[in-house]
Amino acid sequence: MSTSEDTPLYAAREPIFPRRVSGRFRRLKWWVMGIALAIYYITPWIRWDRGPNLPDQAVLVDLANRRFYWFWIEIWPQEFYFIAGLLIMAGLGLFLFTSVFGRVWCGYACPQTVWTDLFIHVERWIEGDRNQRIRLWKSPWTWKKIRLRLAKWTLWLLIAIATGGAWVFYFTDAPTLAKELVTFEAPWIAYSTIGILTATTFIFGGFMREQVCIYMCPWPRIQAAMMDEDSLTVAYRWWRGEPRGKHRKKEGAEKLGDCIDCGACVAVCPMGIDIRDGQQLACITCALCIDACDAVMEKIGKPRGLIDYLALSDEKREVEGLPPKPIWQHIFRPRVLVYFTLWAGIGAGLIWALFARPEIDFNVSAVRNPLYVTLADGSIRNTYDFRLRNKHGEEHPFRISLTADDVPLRIRLEGTEELVTYVPGDSTKEQRVFVIAKKDSPAAKTARTPIRFWVEDVLTGERAWKDVVFFGKGSGSR
Amino acid sequence: MSKKDDKKKGQVETTGHVWDGIEEFNNPLPRWWLWTFYGTIIWGIIYTILYPAWPISSQGATPGVLGYSSRAELQAEMDRFDARLKPLKEKIVAVDLAAIKDDPQLADFARRGGKALFATWCSQCHGSGGQGAKGYPNLLDDEWLWGGTLDAIHTTIQHGVNDEHDEDTRTSEMPAWKDQLEPAEIDNVVQYVLKISGQEHDAAKAEAGATVFADNCAACHGDDGKGDQETGAPDLTNAIWLYGGDEATIRETVENGRKGVMPSWSKRGLDEAEIRQVAFYVHSLGGGQ
Repeated sequence: MSTSEDTPLYAAREPIFPRRVSGRFRRLKWWVMGIALAIYYITPWIRWDRGPNLPDQAVLVDLANRRFYWFWIEIWPQEFYFIAGLLIMAGLGLFLFTSVFGRVWCGYACPQTVWTDLFIHVERWIEGDRNQRIRLWKSPWTWKKIRLRLAKWTLWLLIAIATGGAWVFYFTDAPTLAKELVTFEAPWIAYSTIGILTATTFIFGGFMREQVCIYMCPWPRIQAAMMDEDSLTVAYRWWRGEPRGKHRKKEGAEKLGDCIDCGACVAVCPMGIDIRDGQQLACITCALCIDACDAVMEKIGKPRGLIDYLALSDEKREVEGLPPKPIWQHIFRPRVLVYFTLWAGIGAGLIWALFARPEIDFNVSAVRNPLYVTLADGSIRNTYDFRLRNKHGEEHPFRISLTADDVPLRIRLEGTEELVTYVPGDSTKEQRVFVIAKKDSPAAKTARTPIRFWVEDVLTGERAWKDVVFFGKGSGSR
Repeated sequence: MSKKDDKKKGQVETTGHVWDGIEEFNNPLPRWWLWTFYGTIIWGIIYTILYPAWPISSQGATPGVLGYSSRAELQAEMDRFDARLKPLKEKIVAVDLAAIKDDPQLADFARRGGKALFATWCSQCHGSGGQGAKGYPNLLDDEWLWGGTLDAIHTTIQHGVNDEHDEDTRTSEMPAWKDQLEPAEIDNVVQYVLKISGQEHDAAKAEAGATVFADNCAACHGDDGKGDQETGAPDLTNAIWLYGGDEATIRETVENGRKGVMPSWSKRGLDEAEIRQVAFYVHSLGGGQ
């Protein structure tokens, strides 16, 4: 299908040597990187006292015991909707930020970007800036090259091990695991997880870099659907810069635009692209070209912003000689408001659910096989299976009772004479409960009688209830 | 980007496809992508050498040099499971039957294991919920032919009822009375049974039936008709019927007799620990005494 025979079917990656740059966006990126890495590495070491028999790790995903701890919040499996809600919020958050700021996630916060940035920084520290690195890359394998490469790879590997190593601390007690890891007593799954994440960090951050964004990541493709003419992207003011040219002092220089074609924007780009070609898939909007160009514009005494955060609608206005839209007009659009409303609504719902959920929690499932049992004296018995959850660290007694409108019913707990059942700490207990209606009593003769079960934590006095149905004769069973 | 130079010259190669004015670049694949592709091929070849893969004979697929099979993996998992449960199985046999409920772990083991065993071996007759069926006792109510204590339930499961393969089995039979009694006597005794169970009846016939009952039935069912758990004779005075408490069914029972059979589970392959689990489970269903 190729239109020419000499087009190769595949091509090697062209290495990219981003030049050092400084400026406001570079500073912002340092801060974001520092905060993101600090959160990632430090979080599992934060302690949080939860009382006896409960883990004291602030953030812990305890898969073995099916618990998720986040500071004062404890999530049990049946409360997984919190996690689902957070994931939906994260998704809508990406939509929201993309529709306003374009690929701000890609440019600043994505782990691929953060770690690649860190790896490039290490590379620059060991091998020097752009020109030295290009020279080193072109040079044959001398001792100096081997030494520099080994030093760089060793540092990368250490960062990669620390990255994979930090990950596993989220899933078990961090100090214990750290001790086990260095004494080679940790479970193999910990070592293999660290191994896999070390390999991916090392390869993705050191060698794959922009290839991950361009070829592997689905997000750049999805972005296109999120963005519109009001989304902010990094753009080149071609109407100001063109025609570009270097020879300012020669004849006809007055016809040239502001762009002196110095190539600074290309040299600093971690993606190896030329932003002057226009908005493109490979651009992660890291804004380093803005910093680079602003520095050049200052040097040659031209206004900053030849490369700038711009929306497509601004381009049209500026070409016509109009000033760009004020920033609030980009932000307060129906689409953004819809995203924000959804996002905030789910967030508010989750917060409400978090505070409204009872500290004691139970489920009742009526045994419907059979619906009811006739006893020897003709009375009718229904059976209910309770699942009582005790979120405290120690055993708590739960008292079970029922209320029904003027209907005499007797309640009995399986295996005990009491109406109290003892639930061990941090666990769920199943308790069978029998409810009996005397022969020919209203509930025994009626097909369905609504009743309400109450569970009271005897120690704390907290109460919770659930409505169920008592089945009597005439409900279709024997 | 490898096409950078081309783009500069404004000669971007396209495939020649145009959709609504949108053209498709004819960019080459990244080389690492090709390596990944070759890598998967090598992985596939190694995998088929190591693991069962090629169905080349009627005997099945090539076994693979690692000797892996999902059947062996399942067996290993079951063995691991059995090994883990072994201490509990030993413990449940070692302790007193009545003491199982005092050990939460053991009680949980008995209840869950008993439930699974019940579903496998008992539910065919007694129903998945233990509600029974005509001729098969309801295990949820509070009437028991052979006793509702944990011990009595355990013995019933262990040796069964009327199982000729077990000499310790519980034995019980209601004879057929149609050749022993006159039709009128049967009429009367049926009315009497209806009377003592609190149902509508013919008072005169029932009074006559009382004598018939005392002479023929009381030996097993007792003078008051309340049955006898030693012989498995049911209580005839309450609301619970194994075969049915209406006049026609009672007549059928009297005329033809009844002889229910329950297998002896010690002879049918359940071990003592399993029998104890089922007994504990049945006892917990609601009728246990």
